[in-house]
Amino acid sequence: MSKLRVVHYINQFFAGIGGEEKADTPAELRVGEVLGPGMALKANFGDNAEIVATIICGDSYFAENMDKAKEQIIGWVKEQNPDVFIAGPAFNAGRYGTACGAICEAVQNKLNIPVVTGMYIENPGADMYKNKVYVFPTKDSAAGMREAAPVLAKFALKLGNHEKIGSSKVEGFMEGKRINFFAEKRGSERAVEMLLKKIKGEKFETEYPMPEFDKVPPNPAIKDITKATIALCTSGGIVPKGNPDHIESSNALKYGEYDITGVMELTSDKYETAHGGYDPVYANERPDRVLPVDVMRDLEKEGKIGKLHNKFYTTVGNGTAVASAKKYAAEYAQKLKADGVDAVIMTST
Amino acid sequence: MKLELGYVQIKDIVFGNESKISNGVLTVDKAPIEALAKEDDRIKSVTIDIAKPGESVRITPVKDVIEPRCKVEGDCDIFPGTIGSVKMAGFGKTHVCKGMAVVTAGKIVGFQEGIIDMKGPGADYTPFSKLLNLVCVFEPVDGLKQHDYEEAVRFAGFKIAKYIGELSKDVKPDSTETFEVCDFKENMEKFKGLPRVGYVHMLQSQGLLHDTYVYGVDAKKILPTLMYPTEVFDGAIVSGNCVSACDKNPTYVHMNNPVVVDLFKHHGKEINFCAHIITNENVYLADKQRSSNFTAKLCEMLALDAVIITEEGFGNPDADLIMNCTKIEKKGIKTVLVTDEYAGRDGGSQSLADADPLGNACVTGGNANEVVVLPKLDKVIGTLDYVNKIAGGNENSMRPDGTIEIEIQAITGATSEVGFNKLTATY
Repeated sequence: MSKLRVVHYINQFFAGIGGEEKADTPAELRVGEVLGPGMALKANFGDNAEIVATIICGDSYFAENMDKAKEQIIGWVKEQNPDVFIAGPAFNAGRYGTACGAICEAVQNKLNIPVVTGMYIENPGADMYKNKVYVFPTKDSAAGMREAAPVLAKFALKLGNHEKIGSSKVEGFMEGKRINFFAEKRGSERAVEMLLKKIKGEKFETEYPMPEFDKVPPNPAIKDITKATIALCTSGGIVPKGNPDHIESSNALKYGEYDITGVMELTSDKYETAHGGYDPVYANERPDRVLPVDVMRDLEKEGKIGKLHNKFYTTVGNGTAVASAKKYAAEYAQKLKADGVDAVIMTST
Repeated sequence: MKLELGYVQIKDIVFGNESKISNGVLTVDKAPIEALAKEDDRIKSVTIDIAKPGESVRITPVKDVIEPRCKVEGDCDIFPGTIGSVKMAGFGKTHVCKGMAVVTAGKIVGFQEGIIDMKGPGADYTPFSKLLNLVCVFEPVDGLKQHDYEEAVRFAGFKIAKYIGELSKDVKPDSTETFEVCDFKENMEKFKGLPRVGYVHMLQSQGLLHDTYVYGVDAKKILPTLMYPTEVFDGAIVSGNCVSACDKNPTYVHMNNPVVVDLFKHHGKEINFCAHIITNENVYLADKQRSSNFTAKLCEMLALDAVIITEEGFGNPDADLIMNCTKIEKKGIKTVLVTDEYAGRDGGSQSLADADPLGNACVTGGNANEVVVLPKLDKVIGTLDYVNKIAGGNENSMRPDGTIEIEIQAITGATSEVGFNKLTATY
């Protein structure tokens, strides 16, 4: 069996370039070199895998040039075509932990290459990335390398060999991702057993610990609505006929931005819904029912609002992951702000 | 009051000139089934096929799965109020054609129908791959709207299941099981000292093809009410919905409601299973508040100690689930919730649209967004034309080599929220 190819990411400190004073070191690729913690990984890989390249980047450089650094690193990783990508471990170095998480996420999502990193549980990068990539807990200083290396190396081999990955409890990475498996008993039986324990006051373990939600306080009211620019946005899936961007009918992986300059109403010959969660007949007959362009144009004409923004943003809310929805809104909220929009009417279904 | 279920084990299904059940083999004459379907002039044609466990067969787009049953004793009908008389059901004797189902299929909405694979990884996810399936694919007349098409197929499915069920009327069951229920006073006396346990059964009622029917009544229009737990075994609750395939309750699941069955197993021993409360999941806030208030009130009136609450669907009904949970818990009644999750393809997102720390005992049917690759199978019953569009699919789901990359959301019954399946999730 041939050896698995591994690319390893570390910061300037672990590459031996220097400490904080060298944190602005730009990203660089060293093909064929194994550095610092890479040596410990190499020892644990034995004949099963080899580090084909090490990528080094200063922590400040990465934080301040994130898009550029990511693009550069992604390009190098792609060239090296590894079976698995390892970052860190970052221990308790905050910017390093965040960089390890960010670069792992980018490699995983852009290149579809499995990734793993490690850091101290209180490293801010842990909370930011443990639900996106596999993050193993380590000690808070480099003294923990001896313990971390075999864990990361073993898991990297598992990823590289496309073995089935178990839950955090089984594998040891931080809790963050929900992982499916088949239980021995059906759900109703598990529910009855849990109920019996709860009744008797015995210890039971919930299968889904409920999160506590963040609440968003509403903005103050618009002072003069007759001068305000108002945008329409929807999770009801209204798109130009034919759904040109192929927004998914459930768990949308994207949102759409469409120009409605001069559009006085949404008619069935030009618009439709991509949403898979409701009977589409009434929405398709008259898409205004979900995205009320017609009413907004009336209000505009009557001078009751300043104007309707010339673009609308749309996605499908049906079964769409909250993390995706949050990401889309954060992105197009900036576009709305840049375009001078004062308020948004968000319609659902 | 008693209901005896007589299980007639079906070991094979074949087509023939005369419909009958003999030595466990169901012979089906297609002609009377076609005639039943065509009683409704909205149905242009029906194609009838058989899919057996382990065969390289994919059934899609699946609308409903129904278990054939037949009354042999008791002045009531199967599917009361739907195609049977509206008399109260759930007592007497009922024969069940075990090991098989009638599967209805057709491009109803083109969005929320499901996939049943009889072989391979897809078969592991759907409980219906273990059954002998008599599959009916319905073609509508031209220009028929989705909701009319849904209704026509729904009724045709029940009629066909009833027709098959009646073939078991004079067959001696292979085994029987008796479920006994009693009135409030007798129940209090007979099971004194045992914890009083109820089942809060949330029915999908968001409307626009998201409907469930109770004795023929659209569940949107009910206030939470009480049933004898045996009533579901005669088809008192039926599915009329096109919610994502993974977590809707097909009629088969209503007829075999696993929470009812498993609570009965402990009834009279560790618990007194004394109430089956049905409620709905309407979309208006006032409806959600009213229904959850009524549900909590019924739990209180019945002096319950604990309940299991099951959800159907996801997103909007998560709010009903949490309202039911918090209001019942605040009355000092313990709850266990059964739901499923939409945690994103990577499992890293928040699983439910609503949550509360009082929901501290939760059973999950798994993450519906998990992506699986289904191999190409030799035969398709129905059509693959909608695989990219159904909930759980995307524009690249159908791959050039014939395999399908899809979320398990699209697999019928994969993440059952009444706990009919074994799938679950963990961190």
